[in-house]
Amino acid sequence: MSEELEITELETSELLEIIHDCLYDGMAEDVVAGVKELLRRGMSPYDTLTQGLVAGMDIVGVDFRDGILFVPEVLMAAKAMKAGMAILRPLLAETGAPAIGTMVIGTVKGDIHDIGKNLVTMMMEGAGFKVVDLGINNDADKFIQAVREHQTDILGMSALLTTTMPYMKVVIQALKEAGLRDKVVVLVGGAPVNAPFAEAIQADAYCRDASVAVQTAKKLLAEKRNQVMVG
Amino acid sequence: MKTALIACGALAGEVVALKEKHGWNAQVFALPALLHNSPDRIPPAVLTRIREARRDFDQVVVVYGDCGTGGQLDALLEREAVKRIRGPHCYEIYGHPIFNELMEREPGTFFLTDFLVTHFDRLVMEELGLDRFPQLREDYFANYTRAVHLVQRPDPHLAVKAQQAAEKLNLPLEIRYVGYGALESRLLELIGTQ
Repeated sequence: MSEELEITELETSELLEIIHDCLYDGMAEDVVAGVKELLRRGMSPYDTLTQGLVAGMDIVGVDFRDGILFVPEVLMAAKAMKAGMAILRPLLAETGAPAIGTMVIGTVKGDIHDIGKNLVTMMMEGAGFKVVDLGINNDADKFIQAVREHQTDILGMSALLTTTMPYMKVVIQALKEAGLRDKVVVLVGGAPVNAPFAEAIQADAYCRDASVAVQTAKKLLAEKRNQVMVG
Repeated sequence: MKTALIACGALAGEVVALKEKHGWNAQVFALPALLHNSPDRIPPAVLTRIREARRDFDQVVVVYGDCGTGGQLDALLEREAVKRIRGPHCYEIYGHPIFNELMEREPGTFFLTDFLVTHFDRLVMEELGLDRFPQLREDYFANYTRAVHLVQRPDPHLAVKAQQAAEKLNLPLEIRYVGYGALESRLLELIGTQ
C-alpha cells in the first residue's frame, strides 16, 4: 500500500480492510497513508479512528487473546496505531467531541514496566476517554493528587512484578482515607495480577489486556452513572 | 525419604548441583523456563508434575518463586499440601540479601542470572521479538538504567556473554557474585541435611 496511487483507487470499505491488515502487520507508514486517504475522502476524524484504527486493533486484541499473536506483534501493531493517532489527535481535538470519561493511569511505586499501561492508554484514548498518564513508579500521593485534579472517573494501576503489585492495595487504602474510593472505578492489570487479587484488594475489576480494559471501563462507568441517576 | 524437586528450568541446573553437593536422596524434575511468559500456565504445569511425582516419591518440594502467578501457585500448593521454596522469583532468591537494596536503589534494574546469560538470545532476544523487530528495544527497555548479572559460578565465557547481552539492551552492566544466594539455605530448610 506504499503507492498512494493504488489506495486512491480503492473503495472505502477495501481501504479500511487494508488499514486493518497494515495495523495487524505493524506497518506504520502504510497505516498513516491510509488514514490520510480516508481524511482526504471526507471521512470524519472520529470515524477514521473508530472504523480504521480501533476496529483494526480489536482484531489484533482478539488474536492476542487467542494466542495467535504475541507481545512483539501487538507492540508493532500499537506502534502503527500510534502513528495513525498522531495524525488524528489534533483533528479530534479541533472537533471538540466530549470525552466519555477521564482515566488516570500509571504503574505503581517500584515498577517501571509500562508496556501494558501504554497499550491501555492508547486503546482508551481510541475509545474516546481522556487519559491522564502518570507514567511509571507512582506513589499513592501522586495517584490521589491526580484523581483530585482531573475529575477522574477511572483509576488504572499496572504492575509487572510480584513484589510491586501489593502496592495497589496501598493506593486503594489511600483512596478510601481521602474519601475518593467511591468516586472512581479502580481497574488493575499486569502479568502477575488476576481477578482474585483484584477482589482481595477491593479493586473494581482486573483487566487481562487493553481491549478488556476498554470494555470494562465502559461497562463499569455506565453502571456507576446509572447508580448515581437512580440514587 | 525420597524427595521430588519440581523446579523451574531457570533454577534446575543449580538445584541439581546442590542435590549432589548435599547428597540429597532426591530427583530433580524441570519445567520449561519459558512458562514465565504466560505465568497462568505455571500452576497447572506444576500440578501435573506433582501428581506424577507422588506415585514414586515420599515428599514433593516445588522450586519456584511466585513467578508472576499472583498467588495462584501458592493457592494450588496449599490445596495440595506441597511446600515451595520461599521467595517471589529467582532474582530475589539468588540475590538475597542484596536484592531489595538493589531494587530500592534502582527500580530500573534488569537482572541476569547465569541461566539467562547462557540462553539470552533465545529467552530475551527471540521471545521479545528483538531479533525480528529491533525497533522495539526502546518500548521494552527505555525505563531500565542498568543490567545486573547475579553470578552463580564465575566463568570468563559467561562474563563475556553477559557483557554482550547488556550491550544488546544498551544498558551498563554491573556484576555481583552471589553464588547460590538463598537457594541453598532455603532448600535446606525444606529438605534438611538428610
